[in-house]
Amino acid sequence: MKFTTGILKGVICVNLAKLKNKISFFSVQTESVQAEKGKNSNPSAFMAIVRKEFTDYIRSWRILILGVIILLACIGSLYTAITSISDAIDQAGKEAETLGSDLYLFLQLFTVSDGTLPSFITFVGFLGPLFGIALGFDSINSERNRGTLSRLLSQPIPRDYLINAKFVAALLLNVLLFFSLGLLVMAFGILILGIPPTFEEFLRIFFFLCLCIVYIAFWLNLGILFSVVFKSQATSALSSIAVWIFFNVFYSMIINLVSKSLLNPEKLTSVSEVLNKQGTVLTLMRFSPNYLFSESTTILLSPNVRSLGPLTVEQTVGAVAGPLPLSQSLLLIWPQLTGLVAATLICFAIAYLSFMRQEIRTN
Amino acid sequence: MNQTVIQLDQVSKQYDDQFAVKDLSLTISKGEIFGLLGPNGAGKTTTILMLLGLSEPTSGSVTVCGIDSVRRPIEVKRRVGYLPDNIGFYQNMTGLENLVYTAELNNLPKKQARERAEYLLEKVNLTDAAYKKTGKYSRGMKQRLGLADVLMKNPEVIILDEPTLGIDPEGVRELLKMIQELGKEEGMTVLLSSHHLHQVQQICDRVGLFVKGHLIAEGNVQTLAEQLFDSATLRITVHASPITPELIRRLQELEQVEQVQVVKSGLEITCYEDISAMISKTIVEMGSALTHISQKNFGLDEIYHRYFEGRDLRESS
Repeated sequence: MKFTTGILKGVICVNLAKLKNKISFFSVQTESVQAEKGKNSNPSAFMAIVRKEFTDYIRSWRILILGVIILLACIGSLYTAITSISDAIDQAGKEAETLGSDLYLFLQLFTVSDGTLPSFITFVGFLGPLFGIALGFDSINSERNRGTLSRLLSQPIPRDYLINAKFVAALLLNVLLFFSLGLLVMAFGILILGIPPTFEEFLRIFFFLCLCIVYIAFWLNLGILFSVVFKSQATSALSSIAVWIFFNVFYSMIINLVSKSLLNPEKLTSVSEVLNKQGTVLTLMRFSPNYLFSESTTILLSPNVRSLGPLTVEQTVGAVAGPLPLSQSLLLIWPQLTGLVAATLICFAIAYLSFMRQEIRTN
Repeated sequence: MNQTVIQLDQVSKQYDDQFAVKDLSLTISKGEIFGLLGPNGAGKTTTILMLLGLSEPTSGSVTVCGIDSVRRPIEVKRRVGYLPDNIGFYQNMTGLENLVYTAELNNLPKKQARERAEYLLEKVNLTDAAYKKTGKYSRGMKQRLGLADVLMKNPEVIILDEPTLGIDPEGVRELLKMIQELGKEEGMTVLLSSHHLHQVQQICDRVGLFVKGHLIAEGNVQTLAEQLFDSATLRITVHASPITPELIRRLQELEQVEQVQVVKSGLEITCYEDISAMISKTIVEMGSALTHISQKNFGLDEIYHRYFEGRDLRESS
């Protein structure tokens, strides 16, 4: 009970943060709209920028290379997942279809690996941010350095069209890439394993893909933010990658260090204290978007995981061990999801604001 | 002809505690070619950005085509074409594609955009390079493409920031001719900024001289010279040998002479009237051989140069 209220509190807090952020975001927009009264909305120009940016992305070498790497990683992880799953089916000796729906075998396509290659979610968690950063890190400062920014902004378009269109184009590419990848993996899974996904499994995968997109959008927005703040493309690329490496590698190390002293068995006296300290460590971990992402994917793709924190014996008493339904899984990761969305929006809002206030001159 | 197109009224722009532009008032009428002159950092680009509404003035009002640039920048930008000083194009797109993209941002239908782009590319002699990536364009070609780009939206006013920067003399001549022709043909108002004065002198109807955020003089080249120096406006160059201190002294004693300067090839004499006859007579009387004598009116270069020379003197004294 205590645990669920905790979650609810978390939901409310994060929701509030998100809402606030949204409000400030929209008020900026209305400001800019008010500043430029009249019939200035110009959707066709906006679409023109989106189209051009999208074409640029799919023609650029770095996106092509990253796309190919992600594709190869997917094929690799799919291969190992399929071999380990078919081994499991062979061993069980039951009919594949019933086994599949019992064990959520189809979802394991994304999570299982035999140890030689990481699983699909590990790859996405690792390469996704890199992809987001590659899409975003030079969006504004490259225009500035090429001298196209002042030319572009002297056209009759509101200034925010540029940054919005860039974001939309990058997000569109993300959605396309990850949905096609996810659907491809599903298709190959059906073809090779012969297990069709249940509707719930399909929904879980759908939510997982949406989560991937939100997660990548966070890194994309971080890249855009740095591209607004830093004048040089190299600086913004390196700082975005530095943030990424920090959260990927060092943050968990630091938390481990902290938790070692916090969870020192000699100092802990009661169970509630252990739980308390454990909770603190978890909260600290959750400041990292990587951790939020990995928690959410675990819950979404492994329905048998029933909780993200420690469970006491009292809490598990009487609980029937079984997979969680989708709605409960979603409820469990709701704070994580809203947190991720909020972080994404905050990054974009800061980037948006500072871009609107920036001087346009090239030198 | 006397319809006001650009009006700046007591405009100031402050960066931190420094004024980039201070109390600038300027009026430009329709069909005029106006030259904004001044050294680097004089506030020319800032003024231009304020005209376009890309930068907000700290105080004062800016009106272009009767529209307030601060309140309704988008409508201003619909009527004004702007060529930035460091113009860049999307390098992986061809010249034609770049122009069509600009047209799309201006809501021109696709077919019309293409026709206009081709027409303008022909005007600026880039038809051969229309399908070449702009990354491979030379500086001069980029500048000409920039001119075409500015004209894509069929503007009432075009603003060119340092259009002649970094182009070879032949290219400059061509570009200026184009600007002049286009300005006349389409009845457009042209505002161009530069620090290459004699180039501006060739095509501008009126010139404003900008120093440290102040407009210190405006008018055509003649009146500009008069405003700045009520006195000496003529320079006579003399080649003679030998040049003795005595000769210089004698020349300086002449009534109409303001200043005598020794340069590498001979003497430069600044004076109020054309007294070349008297100078040559003096030189011959002094027993020197006169090999060359010529005179010229002050061009903007001289005005400019002399203004800053004079300023240094005035400031130090």
